[in-house]
Amino acid sequence: MKILVCISRTPDTTAKIAFTDNNTKFATEGVQWIINPYDEWYALVRAIELKEKDASIGIHLVTIGGAETEPIIRKALALGGDEAFRVNAIEEDPYFIASQIAFVAKEGGYDLILTGKETIDHNGSSIGAMVAELLDMPFISLATKLDIEPTQALVTREIEGGEEEAEISFPLVISCQKGMAEARIPNMRGIMAARTKPLAVKDPQSAEKLTTTKAFVLPPAKSGVKLVPAETPEILIQLLREEAKVI
Amino acid sequence: MSLIIFTEHSEDKIKKSSLEAISYGVALAGKLNIEAIALVVGPTAAPLSELGEYGVKKVVHANDSAIITSDTKSLATIISQAADTHQADVIIFSNTLTAKGVAPRLSVRMKAGLVTGAVALPDLTNEFTVRKTVFSGKAFADVTILSPKKIISLNLNAFEIIKSTGTAEVIPFTTATISSSIKIKKVNRMAGEISLAEADKVVSAGRGLKGPENWGMVEELATLLGAATACSRPVADSNWRPHHEHVGQTGLAIAPDLYIAIGISGAIQHLAGVNRSKTIVVINKDPEAPFFKAADYGIIGDAFEVVPKMIEAIKQLKK
Ligand SMILES: Cc1cc2nc3c(=O)[nH]c(=O)nc-3n(C[C@H](O)[C@H](O)[C@H](O)COP(=O)(O)OP(=O)(O)OC[C@H]3O[C@@H](n4cnc5c(N)ncnc54)[C@H](O)[C@@H]3O)c2cc1C
Repeated sequence: MKILVCISRTPDTTAKIAFTDNNTKFATEGVQWIINPYDEWYALVRAIELKEKDASIGIHLVTIGGAETEPIIRKALALGGDEAFRVNAIEEDPYFIASQIAFVAKEGGYDLILTGKETIDHNGSSIGAMVAELLDMPFISLATKLDIEPTQALVTREIEGGEEEAEISFPLVISCQKGMAEARIPNMRGIMAARTKPLAVKDPQSAEKLTTTKAFVLPPAKSGVKLVPAETPEILIQLLREEAKVI
Repeated sequence: MSLIIFTEHSEDKIKKSSLEAISYGVALAGKLNIEAIALVVGPTAAPLSELGEYGVKKVVHANDSAIITSDTKSLATIISQAADTHQADVIIFSNTLTAKGVAPRLSVRMKAGLVTGAVALPDLTNEFTVRKTVFSGKAFADVTILSPKKIISLNLNAFEIIKSTGTAEVIPFTTATISSSIKIKKVNRMAGEISLAEADKVVSAGRGLKGPENWGMVEELATLLGAATACSRPVADSNWRPHHEHVGQTGLAIAPDLYIAIGISGAIQHLAGVNRSKTIVVINKDPEAPFFKAADYGIIGDAFEVVPKMIEAIKQLKK
């Protein structure tokens, strides 16, 4: 059983969001980088939990990015990945990224490919389904539970207004979200072991770009809060009705 | 040439988010001077010809009950076949859970550039550039679709429903049998609740409420307003409330017309999921709570005193 976990590097959740170069680039100064929380807490940690029950499982990681992504790959290895690939390309188009992952996945012949539900910077929610289509595999989005049997996965996923339980034969792609696993922190032994785990750098395959980001815009600042005294909440209700016209 | 709007239904009604997508698609088709077609998949008793009121002249209905609509592969096959039949180069989705599974798949299949989380019509004077949310709602990006075929997945509550009069022609659409490798074992639906993602109004509460036993007033306020209920992450993590109510950066991102936050501090990760709400009301006993900086209206006070008075005031109004 081989699992491929897709890992993305994102700014920390408290990072200040600002842009430079005429609003075309994210301002990275002073920004701390983390493994995208959905990739780490849910996809990777669930893979590690499965491996703890069955030591024969191999967990490989893949990231598309420059050398600056290596610290987060090492952290993912410290948590429990066995080996990692970095495709050396700096690109944001989801189709291009999914094409690179699909190529790595084809070479490795994985039974299960896991992604997070979305990245907290691009919010595209696209990579998993694209990889599945490129590899002609089934795709289960927004899974909240995952167990495996010898030939199939048992998955619970969120659907509109509820949840659905399904069985799907390997190979398949799953995007993971809350419920899958509990976040962990790497221990000292993991950190030491990660230093010598294989991290192979690959050149990107040629792939088309279907989109490009032109510019970023910050939302307009709120004009300021209107405070209503605690003794007279009825005035708030009146404002919501007559001024904001929302009730 | 045409544009197809993937139109979802549940409980024999067309979803509100799909009506938003239809309004958006009709407006875009007008700009592009092409026909807008609604595509409905799976059996439904919803009156499809009435979709004409939202501006589409044709509704294509893939009516086969054997279609497993939760299999993204089957859906992508049906949509791409419909696109071929009607020469559609533009596909519009509402950015629902279903769309998240199928739109990227279709993007690969049609070689069509995809923008998810769109908040406005494309700017056609600047190639084909669509504004979408990024950084979990803390910013927007203008993304240009480079390919001739294009897919846009519109955020919920981002585009106003435009309704007038008219009826649409309903055209049945048969597809070759599609087999699915997904075996569905069980579906659990929470009936009757207002869907948080689609809600116009949301009443949300945080750790300031002290414990799950105090949610009665939150629910009462929500019921009176016809609002859905939500909560902060620690509240869901402590199992005071179900996980699907968790909003924020690592939960659901919502954009209702009204968001009332009770006893929530307004941490940056919480704001990320709610700051696209049109009107934000904050009730917090701490005047320094960061949420007040993101709010339109606020009351500095004890929720246990303020909320019952709000409930009273609304009941008075309704009399
Ligand atoms: C990576 C990461 C991701 C995260 N993602 C999310 C997310 O998606 N969503 C999310 O919500 N959080 C998220 N968090 C957690 C976030 O940082 C905050 O810890 C959380 O939002 C705080 O929840 P709270 O406001 O309910 O609780 P608290 O911060 O404890 O605030 C309680 C508030 O209630 C007020 N209060 C207390 N008593 C009363 C009273 N009687 N009347 C009125 N007000 C009262 C207090 O003044 C205080 O402001 C994330 C954190 C991290 C690190």
